[in-house]
Amino acid sequence: MGADSHRLPYYPGCTLKTRASNFEATALATARALGMDLVEIPRWNCCGTVFSLTDDDLIHHVGPVRNLIRVEQMNRDGLVDGETRLVTLCSMCFNTLKRANLRMRERPGDLETINEFMDTEDDYEGSVEVVHFLELLRDDGFAAVRDRVEIPLTGLKVAPYYGCMLLRPGGVGIDDPEEPTILDDLLSALGAEAVYNHYMKVCCGSYQAMHDKYAVAGLVHDILSHARAGGADAIATSCPLCAHNLDSGQREVKEMHPDFEEMPVFYFTELTALAFGLEPELSSDPHYVSREHLLKRRRLPVL
Amino acid sequence: MTDKIVISEENEEFLAKVSEISGQVITLCDQCGTCSGGCPMVTEMDLTPSQMMRMVQMGQREVLDSKAIWYCASCFTCTVRCPRGLDLSKVAEALRQITLRRAVDYIDINNFPKDDLARLPQIALVAGMRKFTG
Amino acid sequence: MRVGVYVCHCGGNISETVDVHEVASFAEGQPDVVFVQDYSHMCSETGQKMILDGIRDNRLDKVVVAACSPQFHEKTFMAAVENAGLSPYVLEIANIREQCAWPHFDSPDAATDKAKDLVGMAIAKARLDESLAKRTMPIGKRVLVVGGGIAGIQASLDLGDAGFKVYLVEKEPTIGGKMTKLSRTFPTEDCAACILSPKMADVPSNPNIELLTYTEIEDIKGYLGNYEVTVVRKPTYVDQGKCTACNRCSEVCPVKVPDMLEEGLASRKAIYLASPIAVPHAYVLDSQACLGLFPLACERCLEVCEPGAIDYDQKPQTLTFTVDTIIVATGYDIFDAREKKVYGMGRLKNVITALDLERMIVHAAEGNPLRPMGKRIAFIQCVGSRDEQVGNEHCSRVCCMYATKLSQLLKRSDPKRDVYVFYTDLRAYGKGFEEYYKRAQRTGVKFVRGRVAEVNGDSSGDKVTLKVEDTLTRRIIESEFDLVVLSVGLRPSRGSKEIAGILKLGEGADGFLQEAHPKFRPVDTLTDGVFICGCAQGPKDIPDTVAQASAASSRAIRLMNRGRYDIAPVIAFVHEHLCDGCGICVDHCPAGALVLSQTVSVNEAVCSGCGSCIASCPTGALDMHCYTNDQLLEQIRASLAGKREGEARVLVFADDQTTYRLADNFGTGKLSYSPDVRIFRVPSGSRITPRLMLQAFELGADGVFIGESEEKSSPFAHSVAAIKQNVAAVRAILEERNIDPDRVRFSEFVTVMLTAFVNQMNSLVEFVRAAGPIPDGEREMLTARLTEQRQQEAV
Repeated sequence: MGADSHRLPYYPGCTLKTRASNFEATALATARALGMDLVEIPRWNCCGTVFSLTDDDLIHHVGPVRNLIRVEQMNRDGLVDGETRLVTLCSMCFNTLKRANLRMRERPGDLETINEFMDTEDDYEGSVEVVHFLELLRDDGFAAVRDRVEIPLTGLKVAPYYGCMLLRPGGVGIDDPEEPTILDDLLSALGAEAVYNHYMKVCCGSYQAMHDKYAVAGLVHDILSHARAGGADAIATSCPLCAHNLDSGQREVKEMHPDFEEMPVFYFTELTALAFGLEPELSSDPHYVSREHLLKRRRLPVL
Repeated sequence: MTDKIVISEENEEFLAKVSEISGQVITLCDQCGTCSGGCPMVTEMDLTPSQMMRMVQMGQREVLDSKAIWYCASCFTCTVRCPRGLDLSKVAEALRQITLRRAVDYIDINNFPKDDLARLPQIALVAGMRKFTG
Repeated sequence: MRVGVYVCHCGGNISETVDVHEVASFAEGQPDVVFVQDYSHMCSETGQKMILDGIRDNRLDKVVVAACSPQFHEKTFMAAVENAGLSPYVLEIANIREQCAWPHFDSPDAATDKAKDLVGMAIAKARLDESLAKRTMPIGKRVLVVGGGIAGIQASLDLGDAGFKVYLVEKEPTIGGKMTKLSRTFPTEDCAACILSPKMADVPSNPNIELLTYTEIEDIKGYLGNYEVTVVRKPTYVDQGKCTACNRCSEVCPVKVPDMLEEGLASRKAIYLASPIAVPHAYVLDSQACLGLFPLACERCLEVCEPGAIDYDQKPQTLTFTVDTIIVATGYDIFDAREKKVYGMGRLKNVITALDLERMIVHAAEGNPLRPMGKRIAFIQCVGSRDEQVGNEHCSRVCCMYATKLSQLLKRSDPKRDVYVFYTDLRAYGKGFEEYYKRAQRTGVKFVRGRVAEVNGDSSGDKVTLKVEDTLTRRIIESEFDLVVLSVGLRPSRGSKEIAGILKLGEGADGFLQEAHPKFRPVDTLTDGVFICGCAQGPKDIPDTVAQASAASSRAIRLMNRGRYDIAPVIAFVHEHLCDGCGICVDHCPAGALVLSQTVSVNEAVCSGCGSCIASCPTGALDMHCYTNDQLLEQIRASLAGKREGEARVLVFADDQTTYRLADNFGTGKLSYSPDVRIFRVPSGSRITPRLMLQAFELGADGVFIGESEEKSSPFAHSVAAIKQNVAAVRAILEERNIDPDRVRFSEFVTVMLTAFVNQMNSLVEFVRAAGPIPDGEREMLTARLTEQRQQEAV
């Protein structure tokens, strides 16, 4: 690690360590290339994936708050450089942690109860800001990203797919919930062509994959067809569940619509790593739809 | 065939319960339909989201038997658009919780095809279990 | 001195809780009281006659009425006193209904004790009442009308016709406002321009109206009867007197810019006529667009102008004039539909606003609709109205009917068109509206009950797709249209915001200008002599606007027509023998009413009666009529007279506009608070000097609370700052004496903060009860310490 890298606390979450390991590897490499060292929270636990929406429930916020306590401890222990921004990659973790944090701030009584409940832990002081890695890139300026590009993704037409958890609800999302641009701006900085389509913010079906995979496939079909109609030849996202539904869900889409033309799905960090010219072995390829053909056609290195 | 409904004290109790769990002033809903028009899951639902709100307003417990409340994907599209500032995702969650808190699960993971299960990432499993089981 | 006291039962409202007979016998024992009477309804004609007879038969010179809050019948009783030949200002009211019977209905003894204190306080004050004369001030017949839309035009014409001098100021090059843009009016379908243009033409031909177009208000200073107005006339670079509107300049002008009369759907030249029916009917040179002005590159218009009206050297012109009253008719702005992003305005070319469509329909009648209209047309209602997501909760009131109009005009002009109106509630509340709605339905317009969720474009951008629930069938409609018309709502205009800032007018929660009373003073404001009308006050249609404009002009005439107006004698005065002419007070007067020569004198027309000067005077020379230092001191003494061992007393000085009303409202709601509280009605909290607060402690008060209208809605500029200073001075002295400074508290209120006010009163009572009484030794000499400090400061 370069001595000049800035160390920030980082929360991976379950899927980044397993199915989406390519997301984590490319994100950490991207961060390093931009002078950021994402330091994994020691002893992190599951965020619960979905924020508990009921008014009378506190127990499901214990998990997220425990992770926030770790961030305050990291600062006390000097593991990060005076950073109370907690960086997330998975959109669902981002949303759950951020909302739990906001609820603790808005309802001091709830925080008090949770602090008392976890009497063997340090109290959570409420100092942490939960951010998404994309915000970090935006707030440091996409110009820095552009300057770092070695292989511009020229000719690659990508439909950004925001999904739900990056944008909603208001006060939690990182961009305008109806007209977001943050992924578009990143893709442009990488030299790719961002393809506008209004399905970029329509839900992929999320955890309905556990319940009715054909309902999910219906949405995946609409999302990908609109991207295709807009001229896109790939999708970029930041959520492992969206990535799963959009990629693996194409199997059911094919069943339902035999003429459907498959479309590869990328994590946005895979595209940054690609454009930065980072080592291809950073990425495995657990994808259902292969990206190899597209990348070769655009004369880009194959991840 | 049109059902008659009777409005009684029990209807008020049901509305009060859903209001309490969701933290939403459900009587504020003016049935404009914005939620339904933008709902990505509406075509899978047996009730539109605004119909769900109406049934809660009127205290009709049958709303608990609908498929609609389970097809809500908590995508918050309705939440960011409701002209009355209501959070319908919290109302749907409250309705699911009323069933789940009676230890009645909506899905049984044992009945799930094994290869489908193997395909799913952890994030889907955790989220699904959180939403569909108590 | 002979004081008469009347105790009202209020038909049981008071007497069922308060023992009115005990109160009456208490009054009989008070000094100078020679006559006491109680009666069921003092406000009735019989009650008023009892006051009249009582004064005559007993030669009373001071009158106390113990009844409801002065906000209800002070004027009634004043008139009775005046009819008996006394000054109306020798009347005092003890508010034993809102402050005793109602809030303490559950403890009749405490209510009766408190009522006796309040009567005692009123008697103490009445004994020192001066026989002040009613005061009048001269007033002229000059009016400023701000805004030249239909509201401003109507008000100006009414005033001008009635013989009043009107300055009509309009920021655009023509009067007429938004109505000039409309095709037809609902529900009668008159051609808007045809009915408006004769009215517009009447303005310049009215000898009493001075029309100032292309003019902005820069500043307004002063008060009723003497508002000094400064305006800036922007240069039009065309001599309005010489221009014959021949159009030759425009023909040769090489510069094209979007024409905002046409909502940008057409272009105009840099030199242009603001509207075909513009008044004044003269061309205007748009300096931002013109090539010739900076630098001198083109003079084509100058070359072709036969009357020689073009003048590139015109400069902005500052004018000042004085008026007696002001009518604000600054209208509305339409909601910027781009803020409602899901509807795609600005991004999708076939999404337009209803105002765009108005212009298209006007031009379609001449065969040029400015842009294609298409066959399938959808209206989306409530765009920017009734929508918390864009921060506008209000209903804009006109959109239902203008969409009903536009939709049927489209359908009638081409019956093959499919016209849909997507609405949440269809509000056809006005005269002829329901019938007009029915006519649209008969014409074949389809009204669909559902608020559109989103509008999306296809890749070509030609078709737009709506997604909406038909809430009556619970089906989701996803359909393509050629044109989507957004029925945009009304929001407060930029001009309203500016004038509100200059005149310190209040705004409602919706941002529109706030009337003085929602029912009985709908066009007045809390600033004397300033009236509001039309959409500046809130969204409304043309007839309501015109009615309000006439109402505003009539309210203005009511003030000016007599040539004099009454002012309350609640103003500062100087004990000349005490004034040493130091002049410290002059800077403390926010109204600039104090004039220094040998000694200080008060400009009575300017003094607003806030009392903030009084505290600043080191010699105690300043005072205020109706609320003199001596009166307040005696009232304080009386308020503490009934205090028993073990009781606490918190004195609340409540400003008349807000805090006193809050206490009334709490009583009206039969909501109780601590009976240890005694509430004083004062014009402003800033009237209560540090000396009076300290005197209250010396006399036995345990806590002092000052309540004042929130700074931005207070009628008194800077009163809040003055109170903060006074309170700080008192707290410092208490602290020196080891008395907890938290016994003095201050808060700002608005009229809705009912519970906040009562919680604060109660919490101070709890605080002083917990802290226990102040030891007698420590109460002494507090004012002496203040005097000492003041003397040190003066040195």
